Amino acid sequence: MTTDRRPTARLGSLLAALAIAGGALLSGLPAHADEPSGGATAKATGEAPKVDLVLDVSGSMRAADIEGKSRISVAQQSLNEVIDALPPETDFGIRTLGANYPGDDKAQGCLDTKQLFPVGKTNKVEAKTAVATLRPTGWTPIGLALRGAAQDLGKGETTRRVVLITDGEDSCAPPDPCDVARELAAQGIHLVVDTLGLAHDDKTRQQLLCIANATGGTYTDVRTQEQLTDKVKQLVDRSVDTYTVTPTKTAGTDTCATAPVLTPGVYSDREKFSEHRVYRVPVQAGQELRASVSVSVDRAVARDYGVLLQATSTAGQELVRGTDAGSGRTDVASTGLRWSASMTSASPTASASASASPSGAARTDVCLVISNSLAPQPGVAADPGLPLELTVDLAAASPAPDGPAMGLGHGWILLLVLTLAGLLTGLLFGWIARWRIAVWREN
Amino acid sequence: MRTPLRTSLAALALAPVLVPLAAPAASAASPSPSPSASSTAPSSKVGTTFLTATTLAPGQDAKVSASTGDYLYWAFAAAEGQTPTLSLNVTLAPAADRHGPQTWSVEVFDGLRRRQSCTAGTQNATGEATAASLALGCTLRQVRSWAEPWSGDPLPGTYYVRLSVADAPQQDLGLAASVQLHIATKGGQDDAQPEGGSLKAPLVPPVNAGATAAPGSTAVPAAGARAAAPAEPESHWYTGWFSGWNSRWFWTVAGGALAALAGVAGYTLTRHPRGRRPARYGAVPPQAQPQGSSQAPAPGQYPGSGQR
Repeated sequence: MTTDRRPTARLGSLLAALAIAGGALLSGLPAHADEPSGGATAKATGEAPKVDLVLDVSGSMRAADIEGKSRISVAQQSLNEVIDALPPETDFGIRTLGANYPGDDKAQGCLDTKQLFPVGKTNKVEAKTAVATLRPTGWTPIGLALRGAAQDLGKGETTRRVVLITDGEDSCAPPDPCDVARELAAQGIHLVVDTLGLAHDDKTRQQLLCIANATGGTYTDVRTQEQLTDKVKQLVDRSVDTYTVTPTKTAGTDTCATAPVLTPGVYSDREKFSEHRVYRVPVQAGQELRASVSVSVDRAVARDYGVLLQATSTAGQELVRGTDAGSGRTDVASTGLRWSASMTSASPTASASASASPSGAARTDVCLVISNSLAPQPGVAADPGLPLELTVDLAAASPAPDGPAMGLGHGWILLLVLTLAGLLTGLLFGWIARWRIAVWREN
Repeated sequence: MRTPLRTSLAALALAPVLVPLAAPAASAASPSPSPSASSTAPSSKVGTTFLTATTLAPGQDAKVSASTGDYLYWAFAAAEGQTPTLSLNVTLAPAADRHGPQTWSVEVFDGLRRRQSCTAGTQNATGEATAASLALGCTLRQVRSWAEPWSGDPLPGTYYVRLSVADAPQQDLGLAASVQLHIATKGGQDDAQPEGGSLKAPLVPPVNAGATAAPGSTAVPAAGARAAAPAEPESHWYTGWFSGWNSRWFWTVAGGALAALAGVAGYTLTRHPRGRRPARYGAVPPQAQPQGSSQAPAPGQYPGSGQR
């Protein structure tokens, strides 16, 4: 009888406990549910990711050397699949080069680039029909086509991507397409050119590599239709994922007094070989300055390279430096540093800078000096400068730890010491007690 | 009964916090995957710069196709006490298309884009013209809980992985390759060094566009978008007073207990060197003294006074 009752009572209390736990969970849930949804909502910057595809329809695209099919038919079939798989938010456009002028007049053939489909929300059926009608025809004015694509995409705050599919070197220079790419990159319009080569000769490869390198894009040597389809799809997806990440353009100066004042965020600038660029960041007491810099190597440079980021006081005293060096093939040279304003009183150099700053100890102006030890290879243009990306952040300073775990101890030595101390104390008190009793008894 | 009320109160309290947070987070293109079930599926995406690096969730692998010569960037978060180990497998382009040996290299950078050393692993691997695949790896140092601003020690925050081709014949650039990345971490908060140290804000770089301020302005801009951040430890009302359970509590408590026992033992030793019963000395008025002579030998029992 009693044994039956107890389980039910236990069950009841278990249920009650579950209910309480469930209630607590539910009350906790809405807060958690809100957080991810903040990140998942649509990118509210207003602009859609923009991709312009530049397709070479020059006469050489007739060559049938990709898995036995002609280059143009491979490109057309791939594009069909890409258009089918376009993400709904993407603004997609197509520009052709060498599609219209069949003649031999170079001057006229080299002006032959045309917008086939404007950059915008794509009608997939129309786009596919337009691509299907293309026939290999004329010349290869890549430089002009790139300029045209940049115009198609317009200017704005987000990254624009050009996907260039071509099978031959530019037959129309000047303008040299690589110079055009560098010039577009230098305009700070966030243009990235990814190149895909259908032919495998060295000159084409070099030219396409140069274009990709100058704009921070990638180069792919297309061997199969599947590779082409996958790569273009990947590039379109990449554009959707990352198009809003764009640094603010700024211009560092050569002295700290005139340097631009930066707040936390990402900045871009250009720095020539062996040039110094200076920026200024105000750091409050109790704050930690964090800065990192990447200098992009967008042209042929000497084998060894280095980058130096110095934080100095306004008086020119170095506070801390970050440096990196390397050799060989690379895209960027990066380094970073931390500097904490809370150490101001402790460090003599820092206190000097604090007194030099206008508002006293509460705020310290730190100058960030970026320099590089890159050298151009012979014949490489020094202008415009190398792209530079600077990230500035201010966070709460972290003071040195004042000891482990609130004075708690750890280990066998501790046990031994405590036990011995306890034993000695016990003995001592025992002796005292006995002595006192003895004294008391004697009196 | 109180749950709905508590829920709405919590929502009210959180609303002003969440609204400003949501806006920059929305504009952040940091490709942080939503923390749903998809986090365990291998990521097929990869970034090409530090800024556009693809964030991998804890335990998430990456499996991507790439072109030889691309610079591939991933970001992952590491917390204090952890030791991340990367392992990469690169499937090279068909040997028939290649012209010579290729060297691939993996580099790891912290949230401040400072190069981090590998303590173990093949950072550079060279494949001969006939090799089909390459294996690379890197084991980082253990992430510290605190470090001086001047040091380059690994700290909690974002880590960037860069995989690139360090050396290859120019004709081989652009060929298709595919890459698999796996990140394993071992260790946890308990063995983070230095003990008791903490970094107030993890090294998670902002990825939002910056704003140039007018000289002299002191306005503190709102926090913007961030790269991959390690999960925050749960915070309670007692956080700050109590650092949490760790083995030190057991050692200290055990030490205290041992000390108490030893104290009692020591005390007992002094009182009963020859195994006498405590009642004889303890009672202040001797309970009953049937024999008057019984007091006489007692002083002699004190070794301190009597014999030594």
